Amino acid sequence: MTDANPKPGSRWSASRLLTIAGPFLGLLFVTALFGLSEDLRPVFYTGASWKNILTQTVIVAVGALGMTLIIVSGGIDLSVGSVVALCSVVGARLLEHKAPASVTILATLLVGGCVGLINGAVIAGFRMLPFVVTLGMMGIARGAAKWLADNQTVNFEGDSIVVTLMERVRPDSFLPLPPGVWLAVGLTFCVAVILRSSVFGRHVFAIGSNEATARLCGIPVRARKVMVYGVAGLFFGLSGLLQLSRLTQGDPSVAAGLELDIIAAVVIGGASLNGGTGSVMGSVIGALIMAVLRSGSSQMNWPNYVQEIIIGIVIILAVGLDRLRQSRAS
Amino acid sequence: MRKAFGATQALRNVDLSVGPGEIHALIGENGAGKSTLMKVLSGAHPPDGGRIELDGEPFRVSNPAESREAGIAMIYQELNLAPHLSVEENMVLGREPSRWGWIDRKRRRAMASQALKQLDYSRLALDTPVNLLTIAEQQIVEIARALLFDPKVLILDEPTSSLTQVDTQRLFEALGRLRDRGVSIVYISHFLEECQRLCDRFTVLRDGESVGAGDLKATPLPEIIRMMVGREVSEIYPRAIRELGEVVLELRDLAGVEKPSSASLSLRRGEVMGIAGLVGAGRTEMLRACFGLDSRRRGEIWIRSRRCHRNRPSDLWGRGVGLLAENRKEEGLLLQRSLADNLMLSRFGPVSRAGFVRRREQGVQAARLMERLRIRARSPWQPVGELSGGNQQKAFLGRLIHHGADILLLDEPTRGIDVGSKAEIYRLINELAGQGSAVLFVSSYLPELLGVCDTIAVMSRGVLGAKRPVAEWTEHAIIEAAVGKGNG
Repeated sequence: MTDANPKPGSRWSASRLLTIAGPFLGLLFVTALFGLSEDLRPVFYTGASWKNILTQTVIVAVGALGMTLIIVSGGIDLSVGSVVALCSVVGARLLEHKAPASVTILATLLVGGCVGLINGAVIAGFRMLPFVVTLGMMGIARGAAKWLADNQTVNFEGDSIVVTLMERVRPDSFLPLPPGVWLAVGLTFCVAVILRSSVFGRHVFAIGSNEATARLCGIPVRARKVMVYGVAGLFFGLSGLLQLSRLTQGDPSVAAGLELDIIAAVVIGGASLNGGTGSVMGSVIGALIMAVLRSGSSQMNWPNYVQEIIIGIVIILAVGLDRLRQSRAS
Repeated sequence: MRKAFGATQALRNVDLSVGPGEIHALIGENGAGKSTLMKVLSGAHPPDGGRIELDGEPFRVSNPAESREAGIAMIYQELNLAPHLSVEENMVLGREPSRWGWIDRKRRRAMASQALKQLDYSRLALDTPVNLLTIAEQQIVEIARALLFDPKVLILDEPTSSLTQVDTQRLFEALGRLRDRGVSIVYISHFLEECQRLCDRFTVLRDGESVGAGDLKATPLPEIIRMMVGREVSEIYPRAIRELGEVVLELRDLAGVEKPSSASLSLRRGEVMGIAGLVGAGRTEMLRACFGLDSRRRGEIWIRSRRCHRNRPSDLWGRGVGLLAENRKEEGLLLQRSLADNLMLSRFGPVSRAGFVRRREQGVQAARLMERLRIRARSPWQPVGELSGGNQQKAFLGRLIHHGADILLLDEPTRGIDVGSKAEIYRLINELAGQGSAVLFVSSYLPELLGVCDTIAVMSRGVLGAKRPVAEWTEHAIIEAAVGKGNG
């Protein structure tokens, strides 16, 4: 009478499978799409081309790890691009003064983490809208980066380990991939497991899903929020470090609008800006979809504006399909 | 007028006939098919068989607009008003009287005031934004809007679930006037006493079938309940004789920011203490201030003879106090998340190791709770928002049980759920008290307070009166104390 025994099969219902596989299918579709062109096929499906795509994805993907945490918790962070610029300038300044790589790496991450903690503390402490607070921080961090860099690019001598993070040895073959790619892959798995299976992850979902319930259940909502923004800040700092490694110089005007790419990746990956849903894997695949589109379009010699239009359409399409699927499910 | 339906998935065999100038109660548990029936009538779902007749004519509609044109008006449980628009703007919404595309304000005003006059609510200012009105007044606006279509049949779904008793009375008077004008009214409600006061005849739905119909005044209540749930009413309020133990929760002169102004009580092990009072008396606020969800102005909270200086929700959970908030959808549950997560939310400890949740263990424990609370769900991983109201409420209560809380603050635990689920919640409360839990039971439904509680105290205008054994209370005495006339 009472259907209390869990059926093992019901965990993998069709709709659930589609939720997980949706972004994957999107990636396959986009990849296959460029195969329609006879000219592109031999160049596009090569190790070198994919090495390029993966390397380009890394900065957005690492940022998307942090952003997924924030968006699932019901927040948003618009300051990412500025924070990436600030961190890359900090790193470049340190390398300029011959600081060891370890200090540079640590300091860059810490700057990102601290900015995140400030964001989180203001949002949680004064109960302000994340949109507004991080919009303000976007200006502050960008200004600080320009100030620190005297409004010009910061160049440094010598090859630090930092530079090798995104270095493409043997550009003609797939392997070896730059260390940054492996780092991103490793972090993706870690964050995915934490968000899905840790108590902290459940709390993040709970806060994003219904903050009042989280509070009722004794979850320390404010502390968790500060932590979410702080941890995300560490990832944004790492993005900044990778940015520095790719450009081999600190540029205070770099990564303008990066936050929008990152948010787009997270949303394409199935997260809702209302909070409470989203997955790390989805977000990273979302970042890959955008990189594949960019790379394919430029190899097709399409002008830049075509890429922008296509990516815009993809974002709307992805969210539209998601809504359609959800309305059918309910 | 006669309507008969054949099989749809949720409706198998429903006979319902409503005469002109009649208020007809449609009674049934949640999931009995009431809302499906409404969808069929509104044209949102076509019936698979059977027939519907309106004034002797076959009635066929394929969408809500046609149904409205044909003279059927629906008032849904959730209000459908644009909060920032005025009363008259809301009333004509979607059918604004106009001349060359410009609103004809004079005609709009005439239409709106005429409809309100029919309900004897002319005193409502037509240009007030509806969000400044009380819920009851908003309900009136919605009914008045339906009247603009000059309906032959008016269908109301649980219109009083968020109304106070005074407002309910007003609504009933308005409905009575409509009946006298010859409108047929179908009144869907859980509250049987309310139906008895208002309605002439009734039809009971159970599992998508009409299982009984008759004259409400001539049919005793227990008989109707038996039709609804298929069993006797005496089984609904089980009560064991319990030994009361030591005092586990004591509030001393607790005061919130606005309400309550003074609440003192002591609750003992194994005791089920009812808190009665009018809506807005400060009962919910008392529980929230005690649980640290609202700030308190003064007063002391003592748990197991130890004073609780900091009372954040986590402190109280830590001392074995759990709160079942009055609104499970807004505050109680994560509707998108799984049943299992909702059950464990306040305490993942027993199902996790080193900060990571063990999914298998969580599933096993959730299944055990589902069995104990008789929660009907496909699996522990089903999103709790997909469950029926009664099952959601049981999941909410299940969280307190999973947590191991033995001082339970329950705020309207049976609001908006079907009789069957209510009976199971009473059974659980009884069982938990028998095992030594102390329960504070806030409710506006007097029969359940009198049926379930050992002691009752009444809150009136922010002040909690003295508690007395249930045997010393009658419904009449409680109401007197609640409105502040008696000496309670």
